Amino acid sequence: MTRAKRSVLPGFGLTLGLTLAYLSIVVLIPLSTVFLKSAGMGPADFARVAFSERAVAAYRLSFGAALAAAAVNAVFGMLVAWVLVRYRFIGRRFVSAIVDLPFALPTAVAGIALTALWAADGWIGQYLAPLGIKVAYTSLGVTIALVFVGLPFVVRSVEPVLEDVGRDLEEAAASLGAGRFTIFRRVILPAIGPALLTGFALAFARGVGEYGSVIFIAGNLPYKTEIAPLLIVTQLEQYDYAGATAIATVMLLLAFAMLLAVNLTQVWRRRRMER
Amino acid sequence: MTRAALIAAALAFLGLFVLMPFVAVFVEAFREGVPTYLAQLAEPDAMAAMRLTLIVAAISVPANIVFGIVAAWCITKFEFRGKGLLITLIDLPFSVSPVVAGLIYVLLFGINGWFGPWLQANGVEIIFAVPGIVLATIFVTFPFVARELIPLMAEQGRDDEEAAISLGATGWQTFWHVTLPNIRWGLLYGVLLCNARAMGEFGAVSVVSGHIRGLTNTMPLHVEILYTEYNFVGAFAVASLLAVLALVTLVVKTLLEWRYGDQIQGIGH
Amino acid sequence: MTRPTKARLTIALALAALTTLPGCSGGSKTDGSTLLNVSYDPTRELYRGINAAFIADWKAKTGKPLSIRMSHGGSGKQARSVADGLEADVVTLALAYDIDILADRKLLAQDWQAKLPDHSAPYYSTIVFLVRKGNPKKIRDWADLVKPGVSVITPNPKTSGGARWNYLAAWGYGRQAGGSDAAARDYVTRLYKNVPVLDSGARGSTTTFAERGLGDVLLAWENEAMLARDEMGRGKFDIVVPSVSILAEPPVAVVDANAQRHGTAAVSKAYLEFLYTPAAQDLIAKAHYRPRDPQVAARYASKFPQTKLLTIDGDFGGWRKAQATHFADGGTFDAIYRPTGR
Repeated sequence: MTRAKRSVLPGFGLTLGLTLAYLSIVVLIPLSTVFLKSAGMGPADFARVAFSERAVAAYRLSFGAALAAAAVNAVFGMLVAWVLVRYRFIGRRFVSAIVDLPFALPTAVAGIALTALWAADGWIGQYLAPLGIKVAYTSLGVTIALVFVGLPFVVRSVEPVLEDVGRDLEEAAASLGAGRFTIFRRVILPAIGPALLTGFALAFARGVGEYGSVIFIAGNLPYKTEIAPLLIVTQLEQYDYAGATAIATVMLLLAFAMLLAVNLTQVWRRRRMER
Repeated sequence: MTRAALIAAALAFLGLFVLMPFVAVFVEAFREGVPTYLAQLAEPDAMAAMRLTLIVAAISVPANIVFGIVAAWCITKFEFRGKGLLITLIDLPFSVSPVVAGLIYVLLFGINGWFGPWLQANGVEIIFAVPGIVLATIFVTFPFVARELIPLMAEQGRDDEEAAISLGATGWQTFWHVTLPNIRWGLLYGVLLCNARAMGEFGAVSVVSGHIRGLTNTMPLHVEILYTEYNFVGAFAVASLLAVLALVTLVVKTLLEWRYGDQIQGIGH
Repeated sequence: MTRPTKARLTIALALAALTTLPGCSGGSKTDGSTLLNVSYDPTRELYRGINAAFIADWKAKTGKPLSIRMSHGGSGKQARSVADGLEADVVTLALAYDIDILADRKLLAQDWQAKLPDHSAPYYSTIVFLVRKGNPKKIRDWADLVKPGVSVITPNPKTSGGARWNYLAAWGYGRQAGGSDAAARDYVTRLYKNVPVLDSGARGSTTTFAERGLGDVLLAWENEAMLARDEMGRGKFDIVVPSVSILAEPPVAVVDANAQRHGTAAVSKAYLEFLYTPAAQDLIAKAHYRPRDPQVAARYASKFPQTKLLTIDGDFGGWRKAQATHFADGGTFDAIYRPTGR
């Protein structure tokens, strides 16, 4: 990494150095153990464990449910952020406070509470069961747990930007005769788009790896409702650390590629705007 | 019309997906009345778990605050190649499964890990002791402060700081008197999220804790143990306390916003 | 500030950060007066009683104070923690395989199981059926579990030690009824077709069955079934003991390497031997485990009905073989779930 543009501000070397040092100690060195451990098993064994039919089915569930949950959160998280920023109503502060609660509740507790709600005899599940909708112990249940886990990411990413956009532009557009939908699509969405994408990506990334809150509500049936992190635990139960890290490596690389794509888009966009 | 409909839709969504699980926790916690609830919290093991959770948060949150500010300064005030990669590496802990987040410290510091034999020979305990729990918590909450500050500071640009420097201020003075006032709300926000997650983390901590009662059990671990002992009231009582702790930090934030409300309006625009 | 100084400062700060992080540790339990017993989930009640009794007994005999710390969790996970450095003086786990792993890591001798009576299992249990009150589906024996419309709750044998006992008990029945391993395999396959949820642990399964109301029958250890019956609403469940089941022996052992380093070898050994005394055996029976002591067993005979019990060593060739045949990747359990057409 080299300095591309001179800045009068001090502290580049110091802050970059500290950032890299802390990042290395806390994240990179520990994570490198995953790669080195899995590298020790040879390509054939690696593929056997990490790309078995069962593992692929589990990736599909984990990534699919995380994607679905992140999409739900993108829509409703944006709505929640919009309502919190633009409207004043009784209990707004309380609503704002509960958005963060999914971070605070231990994931295992969340899983237990969600299962209690959505099981066939639960508070909500009992009304869905007669309609033939099963939530707990299906991939739908997995998705619901991930919606819970990922919501704060989207709301908290979009909120500050939405606050910044201001109403002037919208009012100007409205005075020019633009309809509500047009204003939303042409004025608001472009402004909050990057933040929304970041929130989506973070919610997705978190959902892919989530274990504690999902394990109670997923049925854990192989090929059907078995999430990828459970396969890691399964490998560990056989004292196969290398196998566990092989699956972890695949998940890590997929999530990393996806986050990198989102962040590069952001950086490029900002550079383009600054020019 | 639209306004009411949108508010209703947002509230319905939050109610269904976020509030209901919380209500369920509190309903379970108080199922046998307030005295039982309080008795569960006063249990020595529960108290030990609370103490440990507070200690862990008190170490890991400040560490990540310092890092978050430093990283955000570096990323938003300077242009350099590899910035997208650096941001992604900072995001990475979000995407690491908690199971793996614990495992990596076992692979590093466990007795069969890279540093294990040396640590044992020197009598230093990291995993299955407090330092391991702190490390796992720092890992999991690593991105929060930085992630909150980076978009905010990028949005604010560097004009204010450059002006201060050109007027002869030192780097520290600039940061202290120009940058910090501008970012303090974002910073506070990041700290609150970081803290909530630090106290609530289960998966990663569970791997490195060793689950020794009264010694290395944090509140979330204690909740799980109570639950597996069919002590549902106790489990949900401790869980509700965690939710309350998170709410307290949010109340603090709300109070600050209310007290300094005019200043927030003033900054950033 | 010149560039080299900056770099040096950076390094210094990084080093400071590195050293302050793990610096705050303390070796607190090496004076021989504290024992750490790493156990599995259901033994909490049991060891609460045992520990109090042993501490009093030890104090009376030696005059020394003693405190015992407990760690509970899934058996496999607990064994892994000890293998990775959790400083357990004794382990009291759900199956011998988990302690064999510790022997492989040289934490204790390979012949650990011969050091105490009864394969180092001072208490035993078996696999029974927990059914809903009045047994509406008329479940009397293993054959009833594979009938259409019967929903069976059992945890995932890949992640739960308890579930492996369930699986092997079912296999044993299938082999006895059909006369061959092929018949056993067929029976077990049909059984798992009736399983709607595979929880990751035994306690999770109990909760699914008792709290969520899912399933007609829960396969569980007898002590777990009795505890669930007592704790999760008396009068809601009945226990059915099948015609044949398995001898479930949760073994105990001193982790020699740790105990020697801590200076607790003698007290650890005394602690485990105490489990075989009549006083401890009585506590064991009260905690719903079957006692070994004949006199105590006679006193609790009505609590623990006799049934034919298969053994791991006699009927399955030991844990290592059973693990490799049934539960390792590609074993018989995986085969059940392999999609058809392969």
